Amino acid sequence: MALGAVAAVTAPLWVANPYHLHVLIMAGIFTILALSLNLLLGYTGQLSLGHAAFFGIGAYTSALLALRLEWSFWLALPAAALASGLAGWAIGRLALKLRGAYFVLVTISFAGVISLVSINWMDLTNGPLGLPGVPPPALGPWTLRTKNAYWYLVLAGAALTYLVCHRLVTSRIGRALVALRENEPLAESVGIDGTRYLVLAAVVSAALAGLAGSLYAHYTRFVSPEVFLFSYTVTMVIMVIAGGQGTLAGPVVGALLFTVLPEALREAVAWQWQMLAYGVVLVLFVFFLPRGIVPTLAAWRRR
Amino acid sequence: MLRLEGLRAGYGPIEALRGLDLEVQQGELVCLLGANGAGKSSTLRTISGLLRPRAGRIVFDGAEIQGRDPSDVLRAGIAHCPEGRRVFPYLTVRENLAMGAYVRRDGAAIAADLERVYAHFPILADRRRQAAGTLSGGEQQMLAIGRALMARPRLILFDEPSLGLAPTVVETTFEIIADIRRDGTTVLMVEQNARLALRMADRGYVMESGRIVLSGAARNLLADDHVRAAYLGG
Repeated sequence: MALGAVAAVTAPLWVANPYHLHVLIMAGIFTILALSLNLLLGYTGQLSLGHAAFFGIGAYTSALLALRLEWSFWLALPAAALASGLAGWAIGRLALKLRGAYFVLVTISFAGVISLVSINWMDLTNGPLGLPGVPPPALGPWTLRTKNAYWYLVLAGAALTYLVCHRLVTSRIGRALVALRENEPLAESVGIDGTRYLVLAAVVSAALAGLAGSLYAHYTRFVSPEVFLFSYTVTMVIMVIAGGQGTLAGPVVGALLFTVLPEALREAVAWQWQMLAYGVVLVLFVFFLPRGIVPTLAAWRRR
Repeated sequence: MLRLEGLRAGYGPIEALRGLDLEVQQGELVCLLGANGAGKSSTLRTISGLLRPRAGRIVFDGAEIQGRDPSDVLRAGIAHCPEGRRVFPYLTVRENLAMGAYVRRDGAAIAADLERVYAHFPILADRRRQAAGTLSGGEQQMLAIGRALMARPRLILFDEPSLGLAPTVVETTFEIIADIRRDGTTVLMVEQNARLALRMADRGYVMESGRIVLSGAARNLLADDHVRAAYLGG
């Protein structure tokens, strides 16, 4: 844990290749997304298969506020989290009364609808052409243009997300979420209002995904409807499940591994074999570590 | 202590309770009998606020509590042991007990109550760090009862406490329930095992299609021809 923190803080010193640093920055953004999805999937047992929508809403909100209204990044970032959080609230209120498969369907449809809006509302989003020229964050006289500087920004965002998740799951609310996941009728009988807590988890989860979206927009400096791709959501789900859902370290490990792995494969094997190798690794994980990396390691250590 | 007047409730188009009247006096052990689907569980769910009544009143200690949230009803002093899976399987015994005090904020008193439950059920104290799912059926039932006590209720609603338990464990469970009543907690119990329940209870009610069709002292019900034929196997 401490070793990981030191490695993360000193990363720009030992990662000389800017491309590798780029991969790390993306890993940081995906860490936020995986932690955010884990709040729902790991702690409430509800699968959001439209999580890319909250990511994309955050990215578009931040980019539009910066481009059209010339808001500073430092205002656009919380606004992006707020916008995504509001969307999370609406979806949660709609779908969490019934939950389970119904929640999955509503989140998928929501992501589909939002994606169509981003493609077709030309006046606002510039459609499939996307929004180029999103300004990098400015901090007093400096702009965070370099990858080194941005790495620290993303690291701070990931650390903040981790703290928020930690605070939430170790609180009364976290215990209520776990109780609801384990046995909902029983949880309600001890006075836990299921829908209320699940909606709260959805709001926090969506807001954190929005935060990741904002960080992404000001890093790549370009936002297009691609941010709503279903494959982003699938990647997040893989990270959470392979890392270990319902733990805090799991999504972090999963995000690092499954951002770095495809890139490492790109360098190691020919492109035809890349996705195949990725698939094989994934299947091996499901077979040998069905509970995820972190819970399995924790169990080994206890033995 | 508890009085239900003309209670109606249901799920969508299905009416589970169709004008239910029932009363429980302070210190009593009352059992509610009836066939599957008669509305017994729905009665308990409506009292504890999990099911909203469509009409009628629920009076507890002189205050109307119908339509209140489950957490409010619990704070007013009514705990509910629902049927089905009785514990949170992946939480430890201690965490399960702590969940029973979820609506309470008085930390010191909660800790004292936890010790009281451990003193009452030493087996739970031995297993406090174990996941509840690893306990035997009887131990899980003790845990469920201990959890209900953690809310400091004055009335406990038990839904099918004997369901799925071995015969010896059923007897122990009923002894525990009798103990709880002796300690001053009032009990309203839904039970399939009518003979055992009536032997222990002060009074009983018989439900059919969402209404009370018969009520009286437990020993009179045990001797009643209709009850004998329908619920005691002749």
